[in-house]
Order: sequence, then C-alpha cells, then structure tokens
Amino acid sequence: MGNDGKQELTEKKNVSSSNVSKGMTLYLKIWRQKCCSEEGKIVEYKVENISPEISFLEMLDILNQRLIKEGEEPVVFDHDCREGICGACSLMINGVAHGPEVLTTTCQLHMRKFKDGDTIVIEPFRAKAFPVIRDLAVNRESLDNIISAGGYISVGTGSAPDANAILVPQKETESAMDAAACIGCGACVAACGNASAMLFVGAKATHLGLLPQGRPEDLDRVYKMVQRMDELGFGNCSNQAECEAVCPKGIKLSVIARMNRKFFKSVITKAPESGVKQEWN
Amino acid sequence: MTVCKTNSETPVGLNINKLEAKIPEGPIEKKWDLHRFQLKLINPANKRKYRIIVVGTGLGGASASAALAELGYNVQTFCIQDSPRRAHSIAAQGGINAAKNYPNDGDSIWRLFHDTVKGGDYRAREANVYRLAQISNHIIDQCVAQGVPFARDYGGTLANRSFGGAQVSRTFYARGQTGQQLLLGAYQSMMRQVHNKKVKLYTRREMLNLVLIEGRARGIIVRNLVTGKLERYFADAVVLATGGYGNVYFLSTNAISSNGSAIWRAYKKGAAFANPCFTQIHPTCIPMSGEGQSKLTLMSESLRNDGRVWVPKSASDNRPANKIPENERDYYLERIYPTFGNLVPRDVASRKAKFECDAGLGVGPNKRSVYLDFADAIKRDGEDAIRAKYGNLFEMYERITNENPYKVPMRIYPAVHYTMGGLWVDYNLMSTIPGLFVLGEANFSDHGANRLGASALMQGLADGYFILPYTIGNYLAEIPKSSGETSHSSFVNAENEIKNEINELMEIGRTGAGKRNGHESRMTVAELHHELGKIMWNQVGMSRNESGLKAALQEIPKLKQEFRKKLIIPGRGDDLNIELEKALRLSDALELGELMAQDALERVESCGGHFREESQTTENEAKRDDERFCNVAAWRYAGEGAPPIKENEDLKFEYVKLSERSYK
Repeated sequence: MGNDGKQELTEKKNVSSSNVSKGMTLYLKIWRQKCCSEEGKIVEYKVENISPEISFLEMLDILNQRLIKEGEEPVVFDHDCREGICGACSLMINGVAHGPEVLTTTCQLHMRKFKDGDTIVIEPFRAKAFPVIRDLAVNRESLDNIISAGGYISVGTGSAPDANAILVPQKETESAMDAAACIGCGACVAACGNASAMLFVGAKATHLGLLPQGRPEDLDRVYKMVQRMDELGFGNCSNQAECEAVCPKGIKLSVIARMNRKFFKSVITKAPESGVKQEWN
Repeated sequence: MTVCKTNSETPVGLNINKLEAKIPEGPIEKKWDLHRFQLKLINPANKRKYRIIVVGTGLGGASASAALAELGYNVQTFCIQDSPRRAHSIAAQGGINAAKNYPNDGDSIWRLFHDTVKGGDYRAREANVYRLAQISNHIIDQCVAQGVPFARDYGGTLANRSFGGAQVSRTFYARGQTGQQLLLGAYQSMMRQVHNKKVKLYTRREMLNLVLIEGRARGIIVRNLVTGKLERYFADAVVLATGGYGNVYFLSTNAISSNGSAIWRAYKKGAAFANPCFTQIHPTCIPMSGEGQSKLTLMSESLRNDGRVWVPKSASDNRPANKIPENERDYYLERIYPTFGNLVPRDVASRKAKFECDAGLGVGPNKRSVYLDFADAIKRDGEDAIRAKYGNLFEMYERITNENPYKVPMRIYPAVHYTMGGLWVDYNLMSTIPGLFVLGEANFSDHGANRLGASALMQGLADGYFILPYTIGNYLAEIPKSSGETSHSSFVNAENEIKNEINELMEIGRTGAGKRNGHESRMTVAELHHELGKIMWNQVGMSRNESGLKAALQEIPKLKQEFRKKLIIPGRGDDLNIELEKALRLSDALELGELMAQDALERVESCGGHFREESQTTENEAKRDDERFCNVAAWRYAGEGAPPIKENEDLKFEYVKLSERSYK
C-alpha cells in the first residue's frame, strides 16, 4: 500500500478537470486509515484547476485519478447514486456532516461553494456504531440492524386490502412523507456529540406510526427499535439538535419528540415480550 | 480474458436449452390464472428445506427476497453496496403505473396492457405484458399496506398523475421519490424476514460467477468487496435482480456501481441475452456540464405533465429564455404531436430533442439542451402547487446547475437511462439456464423496444412479489435438492476461473502501477470506460446507422487491446480494491458493448429506442419491419473469440393489432 503516513504537499501536476478556464486550487486534508484496528492519520493533498461547476465527489475523483497514475491507492469513500437519494455518500467536510450547505448531501455539494485557496478537511462519519472500513468509508450496518428490529409494517405479500380501503388524510400523508424522506445516511449520528441515532429511528417510527397502516404496531415498533439502537452502541439523546441541522432531507426534531412520547407510552402501557431487557442505564 | 474451461459443468456456447417461452394456452385474460393453477406447489412444511439465492436488492430483489422468505424458503440475499437500501431503484422519481382507474378516465387492465404493448413498439410478448397489467393493481395494494406514503387527495384516497405514452392518469406517486418509497417498502419487508432469520443478508458482495451442476444453477461465487476474498454459496435456485447495463455508456442516469456484470457472466455460462441493443434514452436529464462529469442526473418524466418543451425558432437567437416572446418559440412536441404533446413516449421525445440540437436550435452554453418551461404552469396553478408536486426535483436541479427553475426554464437533454434488453426469460421468468431466474430490469421481458414511464417500478415489484413466488416453486418441485456441498468440483472450478481472471488483471495493472515515470501511456479504468462510453453514445446511441455500428465493432476490440495493455490497478487483488472492482466490470462492459452493437447492426429496422437511420418514415419517425423483425433476438455465447449465435423468438400479436405507432 502506497500510503505510509506521508504528509507531502504534492507537486503541481496537470490535473484534468472541466473546461472552465479559471480553476481553483484547494488544499485537502483527508483522513486515511487502513481499517478500524489500525491507526489513521490526515494526509494532505493539493488539487488544482478545479472547476466550480463540478461536484465535491467529482473533485475527489480527479484527485484519485492522479493518485492511481502515481501508483498510489486512491482514497476510498462510499458513494453511489451521485444525486442525493441513496444515502451512501457520507463525508464530514470541515467538521460538518455533508459539508457546508443545508439540505444537501455530500454528492450534491458543488465546488462553487468553495473559494480558490481554501483548505478542506475531509473525514469519515465517526461513531462507535460505525467502525471504519477504509479511509472515509464506514460500516453502517447498524442502521439496517435497527430497521430489522421493527422498522416495518408486518404485512405479508398478497394479504393487502384494496389500496383505497385505507383512507389517509392528506395532512398525515404529507407528514409521513416528510419523515419517510430519510435516506439512511447516518449524518445525524455523525453530527451528534453522543453518536445517537434518534433522528434516524424517529424518522422511521414517525413515518410508519402516522399512517393508519402502521398504527397497530406503533408502540411495539418504537420500543424495539430504540432497544436495538441502545444495544448497538449508539448514544442517548441529550437534545443537542446537531442532527436536525445536518440532515440533508430536512427531517425535523419533532420526529424524536413523537417517538419519545410513544416510547414512554409503550413502557408504561404494555408488557414487553419476553427476551427484551428492561434495563435503564 | 481467461477462456472459460469447458467441463461438463459449464456449458459454453452451444447450449442445448432451446428457447421455449412456455406461454400458457387460452384467452389472454385467463392465461396467468390458469397457469398458476397448473404450476406445481411445494408443501408449506417443505419450503424450509430449500435455499434460494437472490442477487440484487432493488425492487425486484428485495420484493422477491421478502415474498420468498414469507413463504418459508431460506433466502440468501446479496448486494454490492453497503446496505440493501442503496439499490438504484431508490432514485426513480416519478411514479408507478396501475390499472385501478380511480380517476374514472377510462383506464382498465386491458388499456394498460394495450398502452404498454404499443409503447414497446410491438416487440414484447403479449402474454407477459397482460400479466403485468393484471398484477399492477395488487402491487399498489401491497405497497399501501406496507406504508408507502403515496400522495393523497383531500378525502384520503390515492392521487394520480399522467405519464408519457398514456392518455389516462394512472400513475401513483410519492412526491418525486416514488422509487425510494417503494424500495423502502420492499426493503423493510425484507428486513422483517432478516429479523425472522429467513433472509440472510450479505452486503458489499459482488457476484462474479455462476455455478452450474449438471446444467442447473446451483450457486454463485462472490467477491467480498471489503476483504477481497472470494466466497462460495450454494442454493437450489439462483435469482438475478441486478438491474440494467446502462453503465456501458459510462455516462448515464445509473448509479456509479450499477453494472451488467452479473447477467453478463450468466450469459457466458449459457443464459441467452435478449435484445441487447434496446436501450432507453430518457429525454429529460440535466445536460452535461464538463469532461469530469461522473453521471447524468435524471429529471423525472412527471415534469412533462406540467412543463412545456421548447427551443427558440431561430438558431441565432441567443437571448435568455425569458426574453424570447411566445411567437418566437417553437413548442415542437406540441406542434408535431397534437394528441400527446409533451407526453409522447421517451424515445420519441429524446430523438426530437437530438434533432433540434443537431439543427443548431439547442440552448445553453454548448447549445446541447432544450427548455422545459414551467412558467405557464406556475401562472396557472401558483408556485405553491408546483412546489408541492415537484419540490425536491426543482431543488435538485438548482443544486446542480445553480439555476432556479421557478424563475427560468429548466434545461434538459437526453441521457441513457434504462435497458429494455437483458437476459432472456420464459413465462416463468426462468432463463435458458435451469434454475436461474431473472427479475426486473435485468431481464428482457415486458417492455419491448421502449419502456413507458412508471412501468419499471411496476415490473420489478410484479416480478418479485407476484410472479416468481409462484413460478419458482414449480421448478423446485421437479429437481433434486442441492447437496449443499460447496466443495463440489463445480464450485472449485468456478472460483478458480475468477481467481485467474483477477490475477491476470492485477498483473496487467501492476506493471502500470508503482512506477513514477512512463505513465503518460497508461490509462485508468475511468479513462478507458470513458472511451467506451464515447463509442457507444456516438455509434450505438439515439440514432444508429450501418457504418457507425460497423465502426463501433472495429473500435471496441481496439479498446479491449488498450485495456489489456495500458490498465493501471494499484493495490492488491485480495484486499479492498476499488479499481479492481471497476476493472472487472469494465472488462464485461467492453464485451457487452460489442454485443449491443452487433445486435443493433443486425436489426435493420427502427423500433422504440432502437432507431436505424436507414429505416424511418418521411416524418423521421421509427419505421418497423414487422415481416423480418417481429421477434426477440436472443444471443448465445459461443466461447471466447467466437461470434455469438443468434436465435429468434417470433412474436405473435393476437390481441393488439400491429400498427404504426403514432402519437400525433
């Protein structure tokens, strides 16, 4: 592996980028790490001729193309759709999950939001429940794990009534849709000082709980998802609201408030199924 | 490329399984019901003895995994991303069709069937399409029950909107995120089965080989993308739901990791590949802004409900859009197609946009875009109403282009979006390899030569929820159960094939990497992929001709040579290695691109998205040749270096009359 902790400012190289004449020079400080059991470090890279029209990840692509040609391993980061919907991209940019723009995922961030000569620090979404895989890519299976604990409506294929048999008031649909817009990126976890996943869990619980179809399991769902969240090592919520500030889909804190009410109700009104611990920290 | 070693377990080339569509007898509206009665069942208590592998967790894969697990089968599900919810179905924006006729505007199963056959330009199997229309209503029921937050009217019932190629409002939607919400519904149902331990999930795994034992699909070889190690998994049947192969064009609306490798490798094991040249170019995408672009972003077809497409009447008109008066604008879709106007199907809209730009009437910095204007809709309905319908799409547009579509018209241009071609399947969704089933965009069926908007979501879920669970039982009931031994020689051989392939690639790549001099002649995977994309877009794109296709068939082999000489791959083969992943996919894309060009060359007619300049009407519309080409072109792999063999499946249209596909 070519990276052994060099802190070089690489020399000027002809980097291909867009056909805009005036490009930016940027100083990138990128977290490199082989895996979660080895120490990582910040490595500095200088990139030049960066067009303001390209996206942040396209800028990293340009850096990576250069590194590959120099025989070095490219910076590893998760990404897929490049249009802000899949939730794969997950970078802390200058200390802010998904970077400086509100309601914008990492892949939707464009270089016109930066200035010539800027220094940009790029780090992974850090959390106890998100172990680092390599460089900027972390393991977020814990989020899927939480969903498997209750983030669904239990209805088997083929047993559904006619779609219009379930009337859903427009206002409820819109609120459910607002909460359902969560893309599972984990920015909320990364931004939270406690690495809590309450916004993520609250979003799913609210989406399903607001709809009549989801109401039968509402309390049970909340209880189980919160329980699983705790087991997986996410932190508790202490109302910092960093999560709402960075959520690229605008999920509101009210989903946490609703979930807290439901959680309280679930604890005092129903006996949890056997096997579910009832311990409090 | 390592030649696939022939032994009795890997039939290569001359596959003995002939094309038999297995369409049931009887009137079309009864075929599927009758068929379900005739399909063999597996006793409920016995289902748990079977193991099924599902590759891909988009709408097709997630719904199939959930439905099969609910029935009692043991399912092992694989996806290439870090989570099954990242599958690219998530990006679909506009909506899902169904024949509910809630708007009371004349829709029916029959009409949806008819529109889809016509929309496909009469190159799809009637029986398959009818079944799709029949099942469409159940899909909506299922999705609502799962909690998909479809848009509603004030009284609480479901809302509808129109999509291209239809004169009824039959599309159900969840803002501009219908794909995401449908996928989450299926993903959540699948995760419920993970909880019940009926689905075992393997993420960050890429399928690189299919394992056949005695001619049946019995397992897969995957590469663990984190550790780099190869892993073996056995099953009684294998389901591929890996999506389309639009990434052959490098720039498309697909995700970065979307690829056709799984189906391509199955093709090389004997699965026929049908109509590879049937690719769909979507008319409304955000135009290219530069060389470094990594993908093209789709703007949903639903925008054409309210947006009006136009270009300036004069090629020298460089005024900003808002300064061009109405009488100097050419709303060309409305002019040429009075009946369907802006809602003509995608292939028609895309070609017309290209023609306008080729004629110099394009707009934007490189004059390679056309306007999609919402000014009239905003004036008519108010900005709030438009925001409610399309809010997230307008935001997305503004983020990328820095232009505000509430104030200036959007600029759009066509981009590769969907592939109607794919692995050939029979009425049971089984390929020519027994035990290999193919769902969703990965298969060829249902959409013919052009897919209508909002049908892909419908097809993925139909296949996964309501077709495969029935038809797979019929197959399993007839075969001996898998021994469950991954030490069988077929597994060993299949794994070794991939090991050798990776070693070869790393060898080529290593001699390029690690040197600081002499790099000018070396190329990265992205650069080579970009070159392939250019060839494909120019010669096998919206408008094809004989000399261009023949040129592609010369240029691609040359590019393959460059690939084998100049590639750089840093790092190790048995470790996390993104460049190696991309190189493996590119080597498949190069071969698939050739087949696409070959298929396009031999289909000397124009139909749907496949436009041969030699075959057009006087009004530049697609002209089919039903006498010679009313068929499915199914290609068989004949071995390394050997030309593939084509077998035709003739299509009969008994219920929808073959006619010129007009949207005027």
